Amino acid sequence: MKVSSFSRRRLLGSLAAAGAAAALSPRTGVAQSDALVTRPIPSTGERLPAVGLGSWITFNVGYDEVARASCAEVMRNFFDAGGRLIDSSPMYGSSQAVIGYAINRLGKPAALFSADKVWTTPGSRGPAQVEASRRYWDVPRFDLLQVHNLLAWQEHLPTLLAMKASGQLRYVGITTSEGRRHREVEQIMRTQPLDFVQVTYNVIDRDVEARILPLARERGIAVIINRPFQQGALIESTARRRLPPLAGEIGCTSWAQYLLKFIISHPAVTCAIPATTSTAHVRENLAAARSPLPDEAMRRRMVAYVEQS
Amino acid sequence: MSEWWTYRPSNFLLFSPRTYYRLFELYNSEIWPGQVLALLVGLAMLALLGNRGPWQGRVISVALAAAWLWVAWAYHYARYATINWAAVYFAAAFALEAFLLLVLGVGRGLDLQAKAGWNGRAGVGLVVFALVLQPLIGPLVGRSWSQVEIFAIAPDPTVVATLGVVALASGWPAWLLRPIPIAWCLLSGATAWVMRSPDAALMPLAGLFALAIARGGPVANRC
Repeated sequence: MKVSSFSRRRLLGSLAAAGAAAALSPRTGVAQSDALVTRPIPSTGERLPAVGLGSWITFNVGYDEVARASCAEVMRNFFDAGGRLIDSSPMYGSSQAVIGYAINRLGKPAALFSADKVWTTPGSRGPAQVEASRRYWDVPRFDLLQVHNLLAWQEHLPTLLAMKASGQLRYVGITTSEGRRHREVEQIMRTQPLDFVQVTYNVIDRDVEARILPLARERGIAVIINRPFQQGALIESTARRRLPPLAGEIGCTSWAQYLLKFIISHPAVTCAIPATTSTAHVRENLAAARSPLPDEAMRRRMVAYVEQS
Repeated sequence: MSEWWTYRPSNFLLFSPRTYYRLFELYNSEIWPGQVLALLVGLAMLALLGNRGPWQGRVISVALAAAWLWVAWAYHYARYATINWAAVYFAAAFALEAFLLLVLGVGRGLDLQAKAGWNGRAGVGLVVFALVLQPLIGPLVGRSWSQVEIFAIAPDPTVVATLGVVALASGWPAWLLRPIPIAWCLLSGATAWVMRSPDAALMPLAGLFALAIARGGPVANRC
């Protein structure tokens, strides 16, 4: 039987994950599952690992060959650890081209779930920008295209939905960040046939818990979470403090895992997309997508611990 | 851009400090030994500032215009734009400043008075700072020598040297030559600030200083 490179990578990733879990368990006293927690995309049932990879700032390295190779290693570790969804945007400088470079260097991993955005006005420029982005990524088609920060969404959404209908695209979404234009996001979620919505959510910025996350569950819309670490600020502010004992109860060995487990344990969240330039950190982030995840009571304790300090 | 008041300067930072300064490292490596030529042009310009003559303003304007044009193309357009899509607009602004230097500086002839009062000496001081001291600041605050920023190669010292020269000029053409360099001082300072560079205040302070020494100086010579 022919074993695909994807299967081999997944197998090696699982073995590596099993090794990591075995190494972690004695310290934490918590039995962790080898498999990554996955969440279904409500519109199709396709499952995605609950931690993906963002590219804001981290992959914008221009034509620096050393830095490009380093980004490719981050992506290699991401796929080896079982990751799938990588997110980018035409707004992110050279990030799309660097992802394309890495995808080719890694032999076009079959696991890739390509998520990009359209970010231009007027909307008539959308198709040309999408095609330019596709060429940067060097993929036959995107899995997901999102209207970046709702820019010209009235014009872009019909284009993206038409692309989906004709098979040039699998999923359609919208994005916002840091709490902007939530009322408009809600309105679009209520009236448009969206597959995905992308918003900011973390242990401090929890506005979306009130309306957007419940609405996503009600409407069957997958949710991608950006700024999981408040663009690094949460990692910096927590780095000086020891992890609370409750972190051990859910198998966290770092603040990054504590912050990610809080996010992905929300039942409406499909995938969080932390960005990093470190191979160690990308593996650490993926490891956060292993059970156990906190229950609602534990989530409240996690918030209280961060807020009280 | 809706809800513009909710955006912070850091929302517009597209790259890491490491990537930004590494850009200078690669740029310096690719154009070596062009830095030597740039420094010689700068020193020749400095020497000429002390020798007032019919061609002084024109020759210095040509040298500055060439520096701005080179930075527009070689730095902003060819390199910075690879990590910052806004750099194509910076390239256009730098090219416009080069055009203004040619039209106003060469066409009209800048009247440079390096020895006219304290602000004349301050203008020359600003040029000396840009040529000799400013490149040392990066290494002094911990950046690599390979990332050094040099007049006519990198934008910051080119802008500061230009503001120093313009401070010596009299009449309205000098004021037309100031908006783009001053705007760059603010933009460069904001970029360095969001990157938490220890020398983030340098460019805004240089811009303020250039405006302060511009205020009263050459006016006495207008007639």
